[in-house]
Amino acid sequence: MAFVGMTEEKMRVGLFVTCLVDLMRPRIGFAALRLLEAAGCEVVVPSTQTCCGQPAFNSGDTRVARALALKLIAEFDGLDYVVVPSGSCGGMIRAHYPQLFDDDPAAAARARALAARTFELTDFLVSVLGVGGVPGDFEGTVTYHDSCSGLRELGVKAQPRALLAHMPGVELKEMAASEECCGFGGLFSVKFGDISTRIVDRKCDNIRATGADAVVLGDLGCMLNIEGRLRRRGDERTRVLHVAEVLAGED
Amino acid sequence: MRSQAMFFKARAGDKLADRQLQANLGKAKSRFVEGRAQAVADYDAAPGADFEALRDAASAIRDRVLGNLDVWLETFEDKARARGAEVLYARDGAEICRLVVDIARRHGVTKAAKSKSMLSEEAGLNEALAAAGIEPVETDLGEYILQINDNEPPSHIIAPVFHKSKEEVAELFARTHHTPKKDDIAGMAREAREVLREHFMSAEMGISGANFLIAETGSVALVTNEGNGRMVTTLPKVHVVVTGIEKLVPTLEDFSTLMRLLPRSATGQRISNYVSVLTGVKGEDDLDGPEHLYVILVDNGRASLVGTEFEPMLRCIRCGACMNHCPVYQSVGGHAYGWVYPGPMGSVLTPLYTGIENALDLPHASTLCNQCGVVCPVKIPLPELLRKLREKQVELKLRPWRERLALRLWGWVASRPALYGFAARTAVRYLNRLAGGTDRIRALRAAPEWTAGRDLAAPEGRTFRELYAERVRHEGRTTR
Repeated sequence: MAFVGMTEEKMRVGLFVTCLVDLMRPRIGFAALRLLEAAGCEVVVPSTQTCCGQPAFNSGDTRVARALALKLIAEFDGLDYVVVPSGSCGGMIRAHYPQLFDDDPAAAARARALAARTFELTDFLVSVLGVGGVPGDFEGTVTYHDSCSGLRELGVKAQPRALLAHMPGVELKEMAASEECCGFGGLFSVKFGDISTRIVDRKCDNIRATGADAVVLGDLGCMLNIEGRLRRRGDERTRVLHVAEVLAGED
Repeated sequence: MRSQAMFFKARAGDKLADRQLQANLGKAKSRFVEGRAQAVADYDAAPGADFEALRDAASAIRDRVLGNLDVWLETFEDKARARGAEVLYARDGAEICRLVVDIARRHGVTKAAKSKSMLSEEAGLNEALAAAGIEPVETDLGEYILQINDNEPPSHIIAPVFHKSKEEVAELFARTHHTPKKDDIAGMAREAREVLREHFMSAEMGISGANFLIAETGSVALVTNEGNGRMVTTLPKVHVVVTGIEKLVPTLEDFSTLMRLLPRSATGQRISNYVSVLTGVKGEDDLDGPEHLYVILVDNGRASLVGTEFEPMLRCIRCGACMNHCPVYQSVGGHAYGWVYPGPMGSVLTPLYTGIENALDLPHASTLCNQCGVVCPVKIPLPELLRKLREKQVELKLRPWRERLALRLWGWVASRPALYGFAARTAVRYLNRLAGGTDRIRALRAAPEWTAGRDLAAPEGRTFRELYAERVRHEGRTTR
């Protein structure tokens, strides 16, 4: 594993910003970009990228999921790594792309090759780059929500906490049941809104009980769900932040 | 049992509005979830012990059985017959009922004492017995409570009254037994025991399920906490076991491996209060035991899963850990699911056993958080199987046409970057107009269920791709 700075050539890293970040929160994409560049990577952002296909995959429409997977595999071909500021989309590529092509060995091999080079952002910074510091200067207490796919598909748990520990102004106060689902589940929250609301209420209670200034997490889906419920409950104080924003600081 | 699974959404809505149920679910959840976590931690604390390795070993045992199910069934059959048991096969629920009623008639049975059996729920056995003039008496405390509460169905596979509070049971007992209301569980259990003792003594037949069938010895293994299973299987002169064909394990050694997992996963116990391994009829030197033993091996949809992508579901040892840890089950309880098996395992089994078209909501009623998958003692990839059922629904064109069209259209657009960019820019501007200069949208017609319970934060204003393209023009960045 080549450490940045030890070799002449910079590591070429493709950034998959994800469709939700593109649409709702571009600043998370730029925060990820800053973090990768600060760590010495040459970041490539394929301009044709759209969605990883997870909504189709989870809805049972494998035809659409395969088409979008093939598109993404081609777009990120030839790069050293692919980094995703989302455990959910990262999990789609790492854990599920290879399964999509059971009947197409050539495509399956390409999917496996991409999967092996794809990392969730904090996992990449810690496990691949071994970064020893981050540019952000956030001050305050935070609590961390472990998003399901990142945690259970990619093993993202210690990495974001290790990065936050580099920030002297950040105090981490763990919430109860941080590993429990927030109730987002993609289209689940649209199809079964009332059940989803009950689940996210438990998450909001656990967040509030810590008294933290902000809940920090690594997935925009959970973020929209938790922020939306906190605000609807009348909580205007607790900030809901993507870990990339906290780590990268203001542009 | 007639399935109500097609009404999941409406039933779930009722359960969410039931404040008593919500309070009960909260308490029961923490007991089981914390219990399992502690049991696993304690297990791993012993030198050389590894719960994960145990899960691997257990799923390998289950797969070994399923790979040669016919052979293990024959082995079991031979061994059980050699010890005096009669082994029968039932294709479906109706056949179970017919066989059990026939056996009861043959032995002049008027009352049958039952220990817990989910398969008898699949078959609607109690109704069939009652219709034939045979009185079924549930002797598992939870099942007994449900039976005296107008035959209410269980809401959990190992804790049938998961949905009830102590207070509710106390009132039911006082009402049914005409006794002063008690406020302690021990007192209520004693009261039930007194009622049930008479039934144990007078029942001519005992009906039980089986946690495992052990092929090499032809034995039936029962795992219980109340001891009622022992009464049911030893006191009456006839014992009928009703169980699924997938409950086989090859050897006693395999059984002991699975027993390290089952109680820990289910209730957080190192071992259940009673573990019975019953082999054959009463022997000459035995003091107790049934004179007649019938083992009814049931298919009811199981065999059709062998060799398919759903075969891993047959590994299930019915511990209930998946539902205990499921955020959806924790929110709506077991009755919302509408058939015998609730939670993630139920959302897989119900469509497979009762028809995919009869349980369309269940595979979708999951966030796919995989909490179930990581606690399953036999490593059933439950989210994977739920997703495969969603695929089946799409293949069979069982999804609403609007949903199918929306997905196809979205997929078509997402495959065309220029068009997608335009659509995304348009969507952002539309959402911002809805936000009306504020930072959030309070009602969104395209996703009414979302905004019924939460706001939607307004988008920042422009898409990442727009902003990045601008930056590239200014700075000459790398792109492709």
